[in-house]
Amino acid sequence: MRRHPVALWAAAAAGYAFLYVPLIIVVVYSFNNSRLNAEWVGFTLDWYDKLFHNQEMLSAAGNSLLIALVASLVSTVLGTMAGVAMYRYKTRLLPILVLTPIAIPEILMGVSLLIFFVLLNFTLGLASVALAHIAFCIGFVAIVVRARLAGMDESLTEAARDCGATPWQAFRHVTLPLIMPGVIAGALMAFTLSIDDFVITFFTAGAGTVTLPLQIYSMIKIAVTPEVNAVSTLLMLLTLALIVIASRLTPSLLRSD
Amino acid sequence: MPGTSSHSAMTSRSSERFGKWLVSAPPLVYLLFFFAIPSLIMVLASFRTPGEFGGLSPLVEDGRLDLNLDSYVRFFTESVYAQIFVKSVWYALLTTLFCLLLAYPLAALIARSPKKYRDLLLLLVILPFWSNFLIRIYAWMIILGPNAAMARAVNGVLSWFGHEPVALLFSSFAVLVCLVYVHLPFMVLPLYANLEKHDQALLDAAQDLGANGWQRFRRITFPLSLPGVYAGAALVFIPALGIFAIPDILGGPEDSLIGNIIKQQFLETRDWPFGSVLSIVLTVAALVLAGLAAWVGRSQLGTRSSGALSRA
Amino acid sequence: MALLEIQNVSRRFGDFTAVDQVSIAIEAGEFFTLLGPSGCGKTTLLRMIAGFDLPDDGRILLNGEDLADRPPEQRPVRTVFQSYALFPHMSVEGNIAFPLQMAKTPAAEVPAKVQAALEDVRLIGFGKRYPHELSGGQKQRVAIGRALVTHPAVLLLDEPLAALDAKLREEMQIELINLQKEVGITFVYVTHDQTEALALSHRIAVMNKGRVEQLDQPAKIYSFPTSRFVADFIGKCNLLEGPVTASGNGVVTIDAEGLGPVRVASSAAVTGGKSGAIALRPEKIRVATSTSAVGATIAEPDRRPEAKPDGRSDTESNNHFRGTVTDHLYLGDVTVYIVSTPQGCKLETLLANSGAGRTKFFEVGDAVEMSWSVDAGHFIS
Ligand SMILES: Nc1ncnc2c1ncn2[C@@H]1O[C@H](COP(=O)(O)OP(=O)(O)OP(=O)(O)O)[C@@H](O)[C@H]1O
Ligand SMILES: [Mg+2]
Repeated sequence: MRRHPVALWAAAAAGYAFLYVPLIIVVVYSFNNSRLNAEWVGFTLDWYDKLFHNQEMLSAAGNSLLIALVASLVSTVLGTMAGVAMYRYKTRLLPILVLTPIAIPEILMGVSLLIFFVLLNFTLGLASVALAHIAFCIGFVAIVVRARLAGMDESLTEAARDCGATPWQAFRHVTLPLIMPGVIAGALMAFTLSIDDFVITFFTAGAGTVTLPLQIYSMIKIAVTPEVNAVSTLLMLLTLALIVIASRLTPSLLRSD
Repeated sequence: MPGTSSHSAMTSRSSERFGKWLVSAPPLVYLLFFFAIPSLIMVLASFRTPGEFGGLSPLVEDGRLDLNLDSYVRFFTESVYAQIFVKSVWYALLTTLFCLLLAYPLAALIARSPKKYRDLLLLLVILPFWSNFLIRIYAWMIILGPNAAMARAVNGVLSWFGHEPVALLFSSFAVLVCLVYVHLPFMVLPLYANLEKHDQALLDAAQDLGANGWQRFRRITFPLSLPGVYAGAALVFIPALGIFAIPDILGGPEDSLIGNIIKQQFLETRDWPFGSVLSIVLTVAALVLAGLAAWVGRSQLGTRSSGALSRA
Repeated sequence: MALLEIQNVSRRFGDFTAVDQVSIAIEAGEFFTLLGPSGCGKTTLLRMIAGFDLPDDGRILLNGEDLADRPPEQRPVRTVFQSYALFPHMSVEGNIAFPLQMAKTPAAEVPAKVQAALEDVRLIGFGKRYPHELSGGQKQRVAIGRALVTHPAVLLLDEPLAALDAKLREEMQIELINLQKEVGITFVYVTHDQTEALALSHRIAVMNKGRVEQLDQPAKIYSFPTSRFVADFIGKCNLLEGPVTASGNGVVTIDAEGLGPVRVASSAAVTGGKSGAIALRPEKIRVATSTSAVGATIAEPDRRPEAKPDGRSDTESNNHFRGTVTDHLYLGDVTVYIVSTPQGCKLETLLANSGAGRTKFFEVGDAVEMSWSVDAGHFIS
């Protein structure tokens, strides 16, 4: 391996610093014994304590978890089906429907679903948010599953059929176990995407329903408070854990394809 | 063994066709219902008149069908919207440019690192992307806040020159920094994927021919990486164009972008037809630019020796 | 009635015909080989027998029953895939038990059957291993064991030995012959390796461009190719082309290009003037130094057994030509000599190196005399 020029090193180090310093500041100030996120005063866990007594925050977290569970469960099932169908059959429409929601700005999906739900007289709330989250998570799951299938020897499915398995048995006993890591990784991704989503939730939640990101939004619109740092730190920890597990399961997640 | 052939033939049996439907129908129906139809309704809504209390007026009133171009006319005649649109494109372009400047050294460093570190270095770029979007915006509220070290340092220097103190937060500066921050990973990934495939032998050959570091970059590395640059540009530009939360939280009153106006039309003014028009203009702009990037990227790849890109 | 009947089967991809009007009848207990160059449609034909692909025309019958409506899992036919296609998440036992489980074999009987299959393919003691812990040859055996465990009527093998090294391939060939004898199951074997086909099969169908060119026993195919393609594809072969000048009394004479009149035993009735060809195997040509006219030959070089024209004496060889050695290629057991005639015809000849330390009979530039008997070659019209 050749040596990197010093300039390249310095620029890349600056890039990593740019990426991480802001997040580290959020974490550090969550332990700061001061209302102002300005100067280090001393260590405290008060903000976390406050957080766990904040009824609004807790109910928002509960809503987020519930939505994320439902959305990741359903989108994993539908996304796996979509991934299998896209890999196995020549379908024109499905890839377009699955991939466009990922490619377009999120706000578009948010507002179109808002019109849709209101016109249908569908009450905005937990259900509408979950339905919306499922729609954009399907694509992410499908991509991971399809990548996993592409890495699988196609003759294995045929071998299963050859051994007397019906199409369903071949899927159940051979294909599914082999793509399972991809399915789980997709589920974790969907869970993360759902629990973190702000834009689509913002439009589809209606007035009465608050999720964690919506709660954070209304708090930071009013003022900067270390309580937000605390909840952010916890949320980051959760996401980090999920993503590390997911990337362990499918190393190809890291590659851009 | 021709793997794909099996399916075309096996699917001609009716039981296989049934299986195909069983697998593709549920996601297809779901997305038709919760993505395609809502999008079409939005297109339809853009040709309608706003209702008295927001939303849409009845489709058929006094025997007349309510379909018109009023909202489109409004968008193209009231210059304030065109200005906001241009400003949004300008911000998105600046974001793309700064992302490129920051991402290039990162991607190049990762691509040139020993294989065993590459995945880790790449993971480190992607991880912040997976942390909550609002948290990443919030982090900049802290950094740029009036009491934070950065604002005090800047204003300290300014006061030396007898300048009035400035606010970093709630400014175009804050919006742009955060836009770059949020979209940086989208630029690094395709760039890295491209740079990783470059053949080191090319650079060695160039060095042999007497090219210095900068010349090697300008004449070889950069032209070969253009497909990655275009892909990254599309991945940054499109979401940046539609963003509303960053100007909403970090920007001042004059930093409203098209995303903020859309949000306003739907949630405050409740003028759905006009909001739909703005959304459609945004979509068209995004798709045209993405298509352009893909097209330029492909023709670039075609004209330049693509063989040089593939070593494996 | 044949066990497996392929009747006028065709398969087209777009306007390309991969399998063209193929008819083959395979008997029970036969070791049948489909032989042909890459892309000639062997795999496509095999996939249609297995049910992964359907013919556009024609029928495939097993025991007289049309298989068209049966999906792969309902055909008493098993495939051994070239890539082995072992299930990576199952142990060797798991792989072999899989067809039994799919066939709803009572759980109590499964272990014994798996053991028997492991014994058949000589893999006792490997049952608990996973595919990634096996060598290529062992994986191949598992694939065969998995295919045999339910005693199918027909076993389809698509180039099963292609991925193995030469030595292991030879071992496995012998094992396959023995195994086939032992279990008595019909084998349909696909290969593009002609020596493998000749060594293993009871009968061979030589395919070219989707068609069956010749279908016969190995020895017949080797000695009496009926087309230029078969002559050229099966082993090395000199094709002497030219117009027929005489025929009758079981002998055809053609005026071979760059050579002159060549006589060959053939019962074919051909009229003079028509063009024809003689297929002549390199090892059937005798080569001797031509110093004087009276055949002051060097020691008659040893020959491979099949090159011995049985029952006839050397004096009966009545094709004689002179030439010069222009090239030679040492192949270990044999050496190939290219001999050119003054008129520019190049013939390939072959001499066995059976003498100790002997690697060469001739040098480039040596003048030599070639001869072969009338029944050494084979006339192709
Ligand atoms: N699904 C398909 N679509 C189009 N063409 C195909 C398809 N499957 C096979 N072919 C073509 O049919 C021809 C025969 O293919 P096949 O796989 O049967 O050859 P083969 O004799 O098995 O060759 P090999 O020895 O290389 O395996 C080839 O030219 C191939 O390109
Ligand atoms: Mg083949």
